[in-house]
Amino acid sequence: MRFDGYDSEGFYDELFTADGVARPGADLLIERINSLPESELQRRQIAAEKALLNLGITFNVYSNEAQTEKIFPFDIVPRIIQAQEWQVLEKGLQQRIRALNAFINDVYNEQKIIKDGIIPAELVFSADGYRKPCIGLKPPHGVWCHITGTDLVRNGDGQFYVLEDNLRCPSGVSYVLENRLIMKRTFPMVFDACSVQPVTDYPSRLLDMLQEMAPSGVRSPVVAVWTPGIYNSAYFEHSFLAQQMGVQLVEGNDLVVHNGEVMMRTTTGLERVDVIYRRIDDDFMDPKVFRADSMLGVPGLMEAYSKGRVALANAPGTGVADDKAVYAYVPEIIRYYLQEDAIINNVPTYACWRPDDCNYVLENLDKLVVKAVNESGGYGMLIGPHASAAEREEFSRRIKSNPRTYIAQPTLALSRVPVLTDDHFEGRHVDLRPYILYGKENIYVLPGGLTRVALKKGSLVVNSSQGGGSKDTWVLNETGEQSPESSFQMQEDI
Amino acid sequence: MLSRVANSIYWLNRYIERAENVARFIDANYHMTLDIPESASNQWQPLINTTGDHELFAELHGHATRENAIEFLAFERDNPNSIYSCVRSARENARSIREYISSEMWEQLNTFYLMMNAAASESAMHIPHHFFVDIMTSSHAFIGITDSTMNHGEGWHFGRLGRMLERADKTSRILDVKYYILLPSVDYVGSPYDNILWAALLRSASAFEMYRKRHGRIDPKKIAEFLLLDRNFPRAIHYCLATAMISLNLITGSQRGTYANRAEQSMGRLLSQFEYSSMKEIFDFGLHEYLDDTQTRLNDIGDEIHDIFFSPKMAGAS
Repeated sequence: MRFDGYDSEGFYDELFTADGVARPGADLLIERINSLPESELQRRQIAAEKALLNLGITFNVYSNEAQTEKIFPFDIVPRIIQAQEWQVLEKGLQQRIRALNAFINDVYNEQKIIKDGIIPAELVFSADGYRKPCIGLKPPHGVWCHITGTDLVRNGDGQFYVLEDNLRCPSGVSYVLENRLIMKRTFPMVFDACSVQPVTDYPSRLLDMLQEMAPSGVRSPVVAVWTPGIYNSAYFEHSFLAQQMGVQLVEGNDLVVHNGEVMMRTTTGLERVDVIYRRIDDDFMDPKVFRADSMLGVPGLMEAYSKGRVALANAPGTGVADDKAVYAYVPEIIRYYLQEDAIINNVPTYACWRPDDCNYVLENLDKLVVKAVNESGGYGMLIGPHASAAEREEFSRRIKSNPRTYIAQPTLALSRVPVLTDDHFEGRHVDLRPYILYGKENIYVLPGGLTRVALKKGSLVVNSSQGGGSKDTWVLNETGEQSPESSFQMQEDI
Repeated sequence: MLSRVANSIYWLNRYIERAENVARFIDANYHMTLDIPESASNQWQPLINTTGDHELFAELHGHATRENAIEFLAFERDNPNSIYSCVRSARENARSIREYISSEMWEQLNTFYLMMNAAASESAMHIPHHFFVDIMTSSHAFIGITDSTMNHGEGWHFGRLGRMLERADKTSRILDVKYYILLPSVDYVGSPYDNILWAALLRSASAFEMYRKRHGRIDPKKIAEFLLLDRNFPRAIHYCLATAMISLNLITGSQRGTYANRAEQSMGRLLSQFEYSSMKEIFDFGLHEYLDDTQTRLNDIGDEIHDIFFSPKMAGAS
């Protein structure tokens, strides 16, 4: 199969500058694919899917009773990002996370940014992720959000924009690592020919970061990943990360607070836990503090946490900064805490609680994407240009009755990538979710991240829960020289 | 190790062992019924009785035929002990401790499950002999992969403990049910069917060839002795108990002959009974009574293991 007939249809394409003209760095890949024997690419695609199934690399689907696990559809043609382009993104993400952490720390403590009138108090306190019990907490080193997965999109102008920040329990990094493994297995020659920055050391970096957070005086910290259990949609990832780090995977029932310490129930009695990477929502963590009906939580956990007896990643309450309404203020937040301009722009955002914005949104529903601020996973969205009159009417009603909970953004011409369909390539829209680890001193950005693909033709929704798939993301080395996948590249700045 | 993880690895191994035994029961029975005349061939009801699920079977199917017995034992989703249900439960347990077991173990179990699932969508009657062989082979592969890829530490011992208790239970059930079904045929000792039926019993326990090497000619008393008291045959109850005891001692750190908890005490007692019993005493006591008592005590040991190591209420939790 060849790219000969591939048509980018006027969209920004991640692999081609124009029909048939490869972007710098992508030419080698395209040449290789074009030179493969007939149906060889499909054969490898099928082999890759079979490998994912046999390895049980799946996610859970809640609604579907018969088949509760699905593989995350995977397209074996990788997406390529140039080294120079990546360097900008990396700096931009580091800047953004630093500012957002300063913001979270501030709103739960001094609240300077509110007092200085940069962001309205009612907006912060009405955010869905704002947690009163976190007021006055001081996590080690002032870091609240240790693990971030920021969603980026590239618009028709070729620029990257931040679509949203995921500061609670961002998932998907396991697919990045597994996709890379599958790519190396099914496409060794092409992988070998390109010079790609490694991703495999993510679990070591995650473990280092988690251990750094341990309460002071703990010599060899016991780290655990906390999962809601095997029915959670991201269970595979929880289990994968625990396995890759060689730490315990625990459920709420495995934990208990005993004499002020968080302990695990083991076959030989209770054993202390020092650091918990929790993949469970704030609300379910401690029934004494948050939702009293939580069966998944550990009573007394927050008290142990606030006394510094255990470390939590991410800290509870980080959701205040990934509210879609707060998102609109991130450029100001960056300026306020860092005295810098944002390196990666936000998508222009109309916030419906501002009367002028709200009027504009209501008048232009057919041109805008409207998002409920408290929803995620592609739910609660209106894609104006694709919506029916009745759907627009419905959203208009919803916005008027509760403007605080809606924002709107212009429809972006999301960039596309070629994906393998039955016997030819077709363009599909993509986004990119890089993963960022904020440790004691360093901020590490995993080179690449998860490229999510809208598998339905013309669709702009890439979420796995909405039938999206993924691709391996290759960030090329600057020099073009080969670097072994295992090489350990040190973070320079910060 | 975490109590929940220990519980899962213990049950994971029990379920795999159970699936393997059910596959062997069906396969051996199927082949036996092909060899004997129709009148003597209603061997499916006793097979259902062997698994202990005869009440559920009667409720779902009534009278046992080859078709519904195989369907029930191999694929019935409502039968928690069907091969299908066992493999699925084993995989669910494995999935919940995937970070703990080796990735090779997980992959083996996952492909085992996918194979099982594919077969379950076909009609039971079209399932060829090699399906049952595949189940047994997959189980053996899982045990082998476990032994060669996992640390032989606490978790491994919990797994082996589960497997040995399950195996001891299944061997006792085969012997208990079949012995009485087959015994009347002792009257016509020497008929070709007699040997076929007894050989089938041995095959249900994968014991035919090893029995031949050990005792030679088919003799019901010797068969009972072989499956109960043999020290070297890996499906003999004595062997299973002795191996389970080693694992339990290594988990608790107790010296052989001493005990640290009730499970260890009960197991030691049962093991020494097997160590110091003769077949004459067992027959005097009554073979059925002896096997029944063994099954009850195995159940009790299972409950005690649960309370001591797996219960979330243990360990002074506040």
